[in-house]
Amino acid sequence: MTAMSAQASGVPANSVTAAPPVDAARRSVKIDVRNVDFYYGQHRALKNISLPLHTNEVTAFIGPSGCGKSTLLRILNRMYDLYPGQRATGEVLLDGENTLRPGLDLNLLRSKVGMVFQKPTPFPMSIYENIAFGIRLYEKPSKSELDGRVEQALRGAALWEEVKDKLSQSGLGLSGGQQQRLCIARTVAIQPEVILFDEPCSALDPISTAKVEELIDELSEKYTIAIVTHNMQQAARVSQYTAFMYLGELIEYGPTNHLFTAPEKKQTQDYITGRFG
Amino acid sequence: MALYDTRRRSNAIAMGLCWGAAGFGILFLALILAALLWNGVKGLSPAVFTQMTPAPPGDGGGLANAIAGSVLMTALAVLVGAPIGMLAGTYMAEYGRASALTTIVRFINDILLSAPSIVIGLFVYEVMVAPMGHFSALAGAVSLAVLVIPVVVRTTEDMLLLVPGPLREASAALGLPRSYVIRRVAFRAARAGLITGVLLAIARVSGETAPLLFTALNNQFWSSNFNAPMASLPAVIFQFALSPYKGWQQLAWTGALLITIAVLALSVGARALSAQRTSK
Repeated sequence: MTAMSAQASGVPANSVTAAPPVDAARRSVKIDVRNVDFYYGQHRALKNISLPLHTNEVTAFIGPSGCGKSTLLRILNRMYDLYPGQRATGEVLLDGENTLRPGLDLNLLRSKVGMVFQKPTPFPMSIYENIAFGIRLYEKPSKSELDGRVEQALRGAALWEEVKDKLSQSGLGLSGGQQQRLCIARTVAIQPEVILFDEPCSALDPISTAKVEELIDELSEKYTIAIVTHNMQQAARVSQYTAFMYLGELIEYGPTNHLFTAPEKKQTQDYITGRFG
Repeated sequence: MALYDTRRRSNAIAMGLCWGAAGFGILFLALILAALLWNGVKGLSPAVFTQMTPAPPGDGGGLANAIAGSVLMTALAVLVGAPIGMLAGTYMAEYGRASALTTIVRFINDILLSAPSIVIGLFVYEVMVAPMGHFSALAGAVSLAVLVIPVVVRTTEDMLLLVPGPLREASAALGLPRSYVIRRVAFRAARAGLITGVLLAIARVSGETAPLLFTALNNQFWSSNFNAPMASLPAVIFQFALSPYKGWQQLAWTGALLITIAVLALSVGARALSAQRTSK
């Protein structure tokens, strides 16, 4: 816990007097989710969700299992398109452009909106290749440029010092926490604008978790970040905004310190005080 | 305690039956191998690999033309059959997972997988040998290819389905196009399994006799002409083992030993590869 509380910047210790949500309107909006519904076949999993993701801020999604927070995240990069029978209605505006419209270039969208998954998923190739792989698809850098980009990405994910002497070894040989940071490096390497984290720490030990959280904090200087987490302390630590979801509905959204200290809805209060969920 | 004793007893009985069943199976395998070694090793000599199959009464001579024929026809069969099988398997596991076509292809493929090889031989006889007017190594290779395809389709699909879904999602999340994900990520993750499938297919066809009797027939002489009949180990074994000549019978035993060793080596190789895959 000591490692984690050290960089618990967002913890609302005595911030009851923090800025009210009015402040939100003035910030620039990177992604604007408007009246989104989502269906798994006939089942309506999300009901009329609307909220903004602010530029260079971390927005956390919390709520009990099955509330639809991961589903919402997977709408933002249209990951659901991989599966037949899943569809979303409404609008998701990325810099004003509706990403839900048919005919959108999904690969281009996903190169702008990167995603890091619950379980680390390194590709079955060397550490170097894991990162170079994605870069080469979009650009044709020279060898030295590519080396530089790989190093930069690994540094960006706080992994460089640990792997610089074994770049040619398999990415599968790293520890779970290192693998997850490799996946973050891989995502950062193709220079996205938004990064989605889907419970990135739930398979990691506390020390790796602390490192990843620290990383998310650093990344938010350059990227707009959305994170789904089961861990409310984590949401409080890493995010500036929090959305509480329940049974496919957005119950409450606001600045993190406000939502955790003075929730407006009773359901939110019950959840964050551990009465259900 | 009485209940516990009863359970121990029934456990011992079940265990004994399992051991017995395994032993029963292995016993026959061991007997076959022993007979092969006993009768086959006697005939092993450099001449087996350098000299042609002898004319009756079959003293001396070797199996060089039959070995070469088997290798040539199997190689061509794999060159033709493995890519077709891999492409079909890839479609089924990657693109057509939810499609009705996949279900149909899988069903037909399973039938093909267990179809008697003599039926395949007759089929190729009808579509190739009869129209061409003569037996040929090409027809032999085609009939073997038809046997290779279902094995490779099956293993390719199975191995690609074993590639974890999250790996595909992670690739897609980087904005990689689907074909790229399949070629660069899924194939790489399933590589050992895919090679294993091809090795098993080779092992499967290298011992096939029936389809070759209707297609490549046999040839007593050296031939690398795919438009003419070609010798193969299984066909030579079939012919020589049924003959009354001692020399031919000896060569048949030796040929059988060679095939068995080759298949054993392929299976062990396939095993080693899949063990490598699981340990990673």
